[in-house]
Amino acid sequence: MTTALPFSRAINAGLRRAMAENDRVLLMGEDIGRLGGVFRVTEGLQAEFGERRVLDTPLAESGIVGTAIGLAMRGFRPVVEIQFDGFVFPAFDQITTQLAKLTNRLEGAISLPVVIRIPYGGHIGAVEHHQESPEAYFTHTPGLRVVSPSTPNDGYWMIQDAIASADPVIFLEPKAKYWMKGEVDESARALPLHASRVVRRGTDVTLVGHGAMVSTLLQAAALAESEGVSAEVVDLRSLSPVDYGPILDSVRSTGRMVYAQEAPGFTSLGSEIAATVMERCFYALEAPVLRVSGFDTPFPPAKLEGAYLPDPDRILEAVDRALAY
Amino acid sequence: MTPLDDPALVRVLAADGSVSPTPAAEPYVAAIDALTDADLEGLYRDMVVIRAFDRQATNLQRQGQLALWPPSFGQEAAQVGSARAARPQDHVFPSYREHVVARIRGVDPMDIIRVMRGLTHGGWDPTDPKNGNTHIYTLVLGSQTLHATGYAMGVAFDGLSGSGDPERDQAVIVYYGDGASSQGDVHEAMVFAASYQTPEVFFLQNNQWAISVPVSTQSRSPLYKRGEGYGIPSIQVDGNDVLASWAVTRQALDEARAGAGPRAIEAVTYRMGAHTTSDDPTKYRTSDEETAWAERDPIARMRTFLRGRGASDAFFADVDAEGQAVADDTRERTNALGTLEADSMFAHVYSEAHALIDQERQWLADYEASFDGPQEGEGA
Repeated sequence: MTTALPFSRAINAGLRRAMAENDRVLLMGEDIGRLGGVFRVTEGLQAEFGERRVLDTPLAESGIVGTAIGLAMRGFRPVVEIQFDGFVFPAFDQITTQLAKLTNRLEGAISLPVVIRIPYGGHIGAVEHHQESPEAYFTHTPGLRVVSPSTPNDGYWMIQDAIASADPVIFLEPKAKYWMKGEVDESARALPLHASRVVRRGTDVTLVGHGAMVSTLLQAAALAESEGVSAEVVDLRSLSPVDYGPILDSVRSTGRMVYAQEAPGFTSLGSEIAATVMERCFYALEAPVLRVSGFDTPFPPAKLEGAYLPDPDRILEAVDRALAY
Repeated sequence: MTPLDDPALVRVLAADGSVSPTPAAEPYVAAIDALTDADLEGLYRDMVVIRAFDRQATNLQRQGQLALWPPSFGQEAAQVGSARAARPQDHVFPSYREHVVARIRGVDPMDIIRVMRGLTHGGWDPTDPKNGNTHIYTLVLGSQTLHATGYAMGVAFDGLSGSGDPERDQAVIVYYGDGASSQGDVHEAMVFAASYQTPEVFFLQNNQWAISVPVSTQSRSPLYKRGEGYGIPSIQVDGNDVLASWAVTRQALDEARAGAGPRAIEAVTYRMGAHTTSDDPTKYRTSDEETAWAERDPIARMRTFLRGRGASDAFFADVDAEGQAVADDTRERTNALGTLEADSMFAHVYSEAHALIDQERQWLADYEASFDGPQEGEGA
């Protein structure tokens, strides 16, 4: 039994279910209560659960995350909304220096089950600081888990699994897909939180990415098929830790891989995954692992986002290069 | 005007050991008068014993036994007074110089020694009842003020403050310093504390120096006045007067516990030692200044006061002997501390299993095991 829901409503439904099942779950953030968040992801939840469970906090990101840490020490399970990707940096110290390290510092005496939801990425034509992909800062930080759903069904289940996790989770929501509808199966989760997944079978090349990029990879794969190239697509889902099994299996069968991401390429998640795949699949590879990334510039003014963000054509250009070896 | 000339200052015990309350101290005099000889002698004993421990730890660092030591020397009254004012059910968030507070709450000072020796980043378990709800040290200045505020929000959400039952209600006290007062996190903590009316006391020890930078660089107005800007009732106390420090903190905690909202205290004191054993105060402050503050020594004035009340030579000798015993014990136990297994660095990065950590942990174990057994060229 499934229901078709837009991505934002699927996350909303997941939050509602987590809050109903555990009264220690709190939502904290700017404008998330009465307004329901600037993307309306938390719409209706304050009316349903009250102002003590859905907090319209003062406008201070470090304060939100820092107090969420204190609440988690007290046994609450705070879910923080950062309004936009570029606004997470005032909280960066509390996330990387405190949240990520405190359980280790405490030698396991206190777990910090804090979820930090961040609408990330481009494609919405917004002003500066509203279209960024900051995942590498967090995947580089021991103590954090980082995940990113690509479908409404994953949004519904992964937010619940992130809340259930005893560890801090950075939850990157592809804001460009908030309005994309998809079937949500509320009866059973398909996969564990930290599993990657093959979302399209193919034989000639493996395409890997996460979040909004998965749709782009699927578009590229469909175009490639019309040109006689069979592309397999793997949705990373978990950015830290990475579930390498499905990626390595795929590359061992296709011999080629292209990684695509919106973030700048230099020292990115794609860099790490490409290096690991080359270490572990060296004899299976017919071509070096190639990466398609945002350029190593600040995210440009919105009129240039089409030139900045990897699209199906840029992915296919890399596929052609991989096939030419 | 030095900080000690502010007409708002609460002081009961003058630097010469005489009882001469400032006008602002009047509301606290009755509570102090009610203290018994045993209470007063206990406050003195706390200060002397921890100073002996602190001096020993400083010496141990000089002798290479510790990587670093941040002395609490000079700040004993502010710490003893505030820590003795807290109830057992209260929660304490220290910065990193609160050795006095930690010991009073039940933390074994050896746990602090282990941190400074490089054996752990934490030292103790705040959830273990023997540690008196004392959270671990925080080295990044001011960060803990937000943790304390979130924790205090949780106390209020759990309905454990403001019931009117002082045996049941809880409060949170958070320690920070004049340097940390410039950090944005302290500002945000006060904003959140005021918004959510947390059961919390902000306890600022103004020891005049943030390493080498004087408090005048942090603030041109007395630091206690900042609290008022957030709507937090704030008090300035002579932090070298253990009686006044105890009385103002007790009242502030009582009010916070009872649901009146957060309170802030600026305890004016002096770091008589170096910032840490890596520091050299002769590069930035004068010996005249140090001498002037030595005359306001918190222990000396309490000793004079107690002598005036008739405390015996035997009492003072007993306190000194206890201090010496704690110092000797600290040296002995420090020398007996072992080392760490490399494997332990992987143990608590996450609370739940993590594929990459497991893989690296196994790799290191295999790598270390590869050095075991007969090496190439050795006979079997």
